[in-house]
Amino acid sequence: MKIAVCIKQVPTREWQPRLNDARTWIRDADASFEMNEPDAYALEEALRLKEKHGGEVVVCSAGPARVAQVIREALARGADRAIHVEDEGLASADAFVTSAALAGAMKDERFDLALTGLQSDDQGFAQVGVILAEALGLPHATIIMEVHVDSGALRVKRELEGGWFQWVAMPLPAVLTIQSGINQLRYATLKGIMAAKKKEIRKASPPPGVASKQKIVSLYVPEKGKKTQLIGGSAAEAAKELVRKLREEARVIQ
Amino acid sequence: MILVVAEQRDGRLNRTTWETIAAAQELAGLTSAPIAILVPGANVGSVASELAAARVKEVVTVEHAALEPYTPDGFTAALQDAVGQVGPSHVLLPHTYQTRDFAPKLAARLDRALVTDVTALKAVGGAPAFVRPMFQGKLTADVVPQGPTPHFVTFQIGAYRVDKALKGASPAPIRPLGVKVDATAIREKPEPPFQQAKQAVDLSQAERIVSVGRGIKEQANIEIAKKLAEALDAEIAASRPICDAGWLPMERQVGSSGQTVAPKLYLALGISGAIQHLVGMKGSNTVVAINKDADAPIFEIADYGIVGDLFEIVPAIIEAVKGQ
Repeated sequence: MKIAVCIKQVPTREWQPRLNDARTWIRDADASFEMNEPDAYALEEALRLKEKHGGEVVVCSAGPARVAQVIREALARGADRAIHVEDEGLASADAFVTSAALAGAMKDERFDLALTGLQSDDQGFAQVGVILAEALGLPHATIIMEVHVDSGALRVKRELEGGWFQWVAMPLPAVLTIQSGINQLRYATLKGIMAAKKKEIRKASPPPGVASKQKIVSLYVPEKGKKTQLIGGSAAEAAKELVRKLREEARVIQ
Repeated sequence: MILVVAEQRDGRLNRTTWETIAAAQELAGLTSAPIAILVPGANVGSVASELAAARVKEVVTVEHAALEPYTPDGFTAALQDAVGQVGPSHVLLPHTYQTRDFAPKLAARLDRALVTDVTALKAVGGAPAFVRPMFQGKLTADVVPQGPTPHFVTFQIGAYRVDKALKGASPAPIRPLGVKVDATAIREKPEPPFQQAKQAVDLSQAERIVSVGRGIKEQANIEIAKKLAEALDAEIAASRPICDAGWLPMERQVGSSGQTVAPKLYLALGISGAIQHLVGMKGSNTVVAINKDADAPIFEIADYGIVGDLFEIVPAIIEAVKGQ
């Protein structure tokens, strides 16, 4: 089975946001980056499917040059080769532009299955996987917690809200967006890191003339909805004061 | 025309539809456009009557046997046809898992903008801008959709209140709209929804909850949180990553994919406050956040906050509670 995994590089969880001068995007140069967590689960699922059914896993990423870091990491974890759609403008691209970039590079590969995370930890559109499916003319399912492939047919467990699930069957090829926690992640071994250096990364360019469908006119630190009383002092002092407030002010504990 | 796409299953309305109606009414205040509510499904008569109570121009039913159960192919075909007939400026939907499954496909097929997970509206230079979280809630963006209309917008669950939706003096007219759906072209074959395990714990009834996030660092540390829960006579709960890791059972998960809770006290330990978690607990009466990161989004909705090391603070709270 020929499996594509679309991964994105996003700022780390520890990153403290800093804005550009126009206050329309972050200061990329100040950020540290890592693989988008749901995409890491999609990669792991692809590797497990390959171990079970054979074939190859191809990592696809649309982003600026720095994205090579997460591509190498994916190759070190066991992906066979990669496609990097490289363009500096892709760093802040909307879901349509990103999907068009991925679809353009992926369409001639004729993948049996394409996986990606359900959303990214940066812009969080939750759109790219679904738009990609439409662009490739394939069926899709979102927020997937289990994947079964059996003689050309796909059966997946889709998460619904509030603890409900649903099985959905569909023909291959198809696109799935993967939920975090679907599996246990593996980490790269030294052998994997060495092997990754020899694996192919095919460079591609995004298709011309794809216009952005949304414009960020202002980016800012959220306004606080509630007035938070911050309690300072040593751990013991803060704890004592919190307990006093919960008893006497909020009256929510005995 | 502003078009609200209602969500229903087997003739039962998803209440988040009313939140989207409230958002549509606010948008109508900016653009002066009338509102129509579109109800797709196989048998939506009673849901349409329920929604006709809203202060809107009309309720449009789109009934087709191929729309129940829900499939992305079926919904995309039906709504592509219906949106084409109605010709709205905006199409508004609740940001549910179902919307997330088909709205990007529909917007892509029509080659139109889709702004997701919106929490508020603003007017920027006379045009509506849509406010949405980015970077896990660390930043907020004002977004203006580009290109020809209709523009598709999905609203975060709980961003607008159900009781803010205005009702009309008399029921709005209900109009059926015929659409073409080729049932044989639907590729997804869904099975009936099910619950994994009977939920043994009903956190929605808990008066006090101590909830644990990534900041707890390792499984062994869950014991510290359990001791605090015991001292406060509270239930223990967690954000998704903790349950994914198996450190607490899935049934203790609070958030969009877990339980929705509204206790008197919600004490968040090492929870950064990603949107998916906040939607499950922001109805709580008093929220306490303990986190080492002063910029964590959880502090935006906390009543009381302590910035610091939870491994020092939690034992101190237990001592303070016991030493009364």
